[in-house]
Amino acid sequence: MPSVAEILEDRRVCICAGSGGVGKTTTSAALAAGLAARGGKVAVLTIDPAKRLADSLGLRELENEPRQVDPKLFAKAGIEMRGELWAMMLDAKATFDELVRKHAPDAETRDRILENRIYRQISNALAGSQEYMAMEKLFEIHQSGEFDFLVLDTPPSRNALDFLDAPKRLTQFIEGRGMQMFMKPTGFATKVVGRGSSMVFGVLKRITGLDLLSDLSEFFTAMSGMVDGFRERAKRVNELLGDPATAFLIVCGPQGEPIEEAVYFHRKLVEAKLPVGGVIVNKVHYETEEDLAEGQVTDELEEMLGGDLAERVASNFADYQALAQRDARNVEHLAGELKAERVIRVPYLDEDVHDIGGLLQIDRYLFATAAEREAMATGQAA
Amino acid sequence: MPDLLDKRLAFVTGKGGVGKSTCAIALGLAAAAEGKRTIVCEVASQENASRVFKKGQVGFNEVEVAENLWAISIDPDESLREYLLLQLKVRAMRDLLVRSRVFNYLAAATPGLKELVTIGKIWELAQTDRKVKKGRTYDLVIVDAPATGHGVGFLQTPRTFAAIARMGPMHSQATALDRFITDHELTGVAIIAIPEEMPVNESASLEEQLTKEVGIAVDRVYMNAMYPERFSSDEASKLERVLELTEGPSHAAVRAALSQFRRSRTQREQLKRLTKEVSPPVKTLPFIFQPRLDVSALRRLAEAM
Repeated sequence: MPSVAEILEDRRVCICAGSGGVGKTTTSAALAAGLAARGGKVAVLTIDPAKRLADSLGLRELENEPRQVDPKLFAKAGIEMRGELWAMMLDAKATFDELVRKHAPDAETRDRILENRIYRQISNALAGSQEYMAMEKLFEIHQSGEFDFLVLDTPPSRNALDFLDAPKRLTQFIEGRGMQMFMKPTGFATKVVGRGSSMVFGVLKRITGLDLLSDLSEFFTAMSGMVDGFRERAKRVNELLGDPATAFLIVCGPQGEPIEEAVYFHRKLVEAKLPVGGVIVNKVHYETEEDLAEGQVTDELEEMLGGDLAERVASNFADYQALAQRDARNVEHLAGELKAERVIRVPYLDEDVHDIGGLLQIDRYLFATAAEREAMATGQAA
Repeated sequence: MPDLLDKRLAFVTGKGGVGKSTCAIALGLAAAAEGKRTIVCEVASQENASRVFKKGQVGFNEVEVAENLWAISIDPDESLREYLLLQLKVRAMRDLLVRSRVFNYLAAATPGLKELVTIGKIWELAQTDRKVKKGRTYDLVIVDAPATGHGVGFLQTPRTFAAIARMGPMHSQATALDRFITDHELTGVAIIAIPEEMPVNESASLEEQLTKEVGIAVDRVYMNAMYPERFSSDEASKLERVLELTEGPSHAAVRAALSQFRRSRTQREQLKRLTKEVSPPVKTLPFIFQPRLDVSALRRLAEAM
C-alpha cells in the first residue's frame, strides 16, 4: 500500500468525499498541510471545520476567499514549511449570489432573483446547492491558477452520493423542460397571473393558494434567464472533476456502515468515470496480536502491576482486540471490493485533533509508507 | 413542561456519525417499555429499524417491530400523494394532478417541498384523530431527524412556507405544522452528541438555534458512546512506567490501557464542556464494545436513557 504522496503525484486537485462524521475535514486539512510543508502553494477549501481547528488555522467565517495560514504557526509546531498553506471556509449562500451576479443576463434579472422571496428564504436549502457551490468555488479558484494544489473538503451529507449528483440536479432544475413552461408567453407564468383556466392549474391553486404559485412562477421565470450561463459552467465544473489531474479520496470510518457506504461510493465514482485516488480509513483500531492465549496478558503483567490492575488491563485489551478485529475485517472487505485501489489506514489517536500539531501527527501516517505506518501504529517505532 | 416521552412528538437530532439513528430507536424502546404506543420515523430511507429488528424493508408502512413499537420510513413522494388525496378527497382529481407534467416539475423543483410534506406526514402520525384510513393512534412519535446543518432548516420549513404562501390553504396548513412543532407541551427535541470537539460544538450551537430561531423545546441532551473510566491517574502513571519493560501482547495491552485512559480523560473534558454549554442536563450513554449493534445492545441503551 502506497503513501498518499504517491497517490497524489502528478495531480493538482484532490476531493475528499464521504459521509458525515468520519473526519473528512481533519483529513483534508492534514493533507493540505502535509503537501504544503513539502513545498508548493496549497489551498484547502473546507465547509465547516471545528472551531478550534478553524481558530488554529486562523480561518474566519464568511470570508469566502482563501487566506494564508501564518507560516509561524508551523515553525512553532517545529515543522519546516517549504511551501504555503492557504485555507478558506466556504459560504454557500455567498457563492450562489456570486454565481447569480455572474450569469444574470442583465441587472434587472439579477436583482429580481436576489430579491425573490423564495430565493432568499431557501437558496441554501435548494437540493444540492451547498454541494454544487463547493464545486463551483473549487472551479473558480482552479481557474485563477494561483495555486499548485487544491484540496476540497465536501459538505457533510448523509450520503456521499449527494455530492456527485448535485451538479446534475441543479442543472436539471435550471434547464428542465418544466422551466420552458414558464418562459413561453402562453406558458404557466401567464396562466398563474392571467385567468388560468386549465384543470391542473385549478386544482393546484386549490392546494397552494395563489400567492405561492405566483412567487414560484416569478422565481422560475427569473432563474430561466441564467440557463445558458449555468449549463456551460456546470459542464466545465464536471470536466474538472473528471480530469486525470484530479483525484477523489474517499474518507470513511472502520465501522460496518461507513465501510459499506465507501464501497458503494467507490462503485459510483468508477461508474461515473471519475478518477479515484484511494480510500482513507480513519480511527482504525489496529490489531496487534492474533493468537492470544487465555490469561497470557494477565499472567505476564501480574508481577509488575498486581493482580487486579493486570486483570483490568487484560480485559480492556480484550475489548480493544474485538474492535481491532472488527476493523481489520471491515478494511479487508473494503480492500477486496476495491481490488487494485489503495486503502490507507489512520489509527484511532488518543487525543482529538484540533491544532497544527495534531494535523501533522495525522500526516505522519498519511505520508508514510505502509511498513512505516504499521510500525508506528503498533508502537514498535513511534 | 412535560417530559420528552410524555409529549406527542420527539425529534432526535445531532451531527452526522454520532449514532443518532441508533439513539432514536433506543428512545423508542424506552418509551415502549413505559407502555407507550410508539412509532419511530426514519426520514431518509435509512431502514435502520428494519435492519436492527430484522423485519425486511419497512417502507412507507407502519410496521410493528417490537412490543408497543412501530416503525415507518417516510418517503416524500408517498407523503405528497397521501396529502393530495386528503386535500382533494377525490382520487381521480389527485391522479390527474400526479400525472400532469406541470405538477411533477413543480413538485420536484420547489425548494423545500419534500421537507414540508415529510413534516406533514410526521404531524399526521402524531394526531389523535387520524384522517388516514385505518390510522392507528400513537402516544408518541419519534423522528430520526436529518443531521445538523440540514436539521434546523428541516424544522423551519413549515414557517418558511407559511411566510411564502402568505394566505390560502398551504399557508394555514404550514402554520398549523409550525404551531405544533413549536408547542412545548406537544413537541420536544433530544440532541445526540459524542465526546469529541466538533460534535460538542455543534450540539451547543444546535441547541441555541433550535430554542432561539425555531422556538422548539430542547428537552434532552445525550452524550453517546462514553468510555467507562477504567484506570485512575495513579494507575496510568504506573502503566507508563512499565510500558518500556514489556513486550509482545503485554506491551500492546499496556498501550491499549494507556490509550483508553487518555481517551476517557479527553471524553470527560468534552462532557464537562457540553454540560456547561447546554441548558438541559446531559445524560451519558455507554460506548458499546460490540462489533454490531443488535436489539439487546439497543435495550441496554434504552435503559440508560
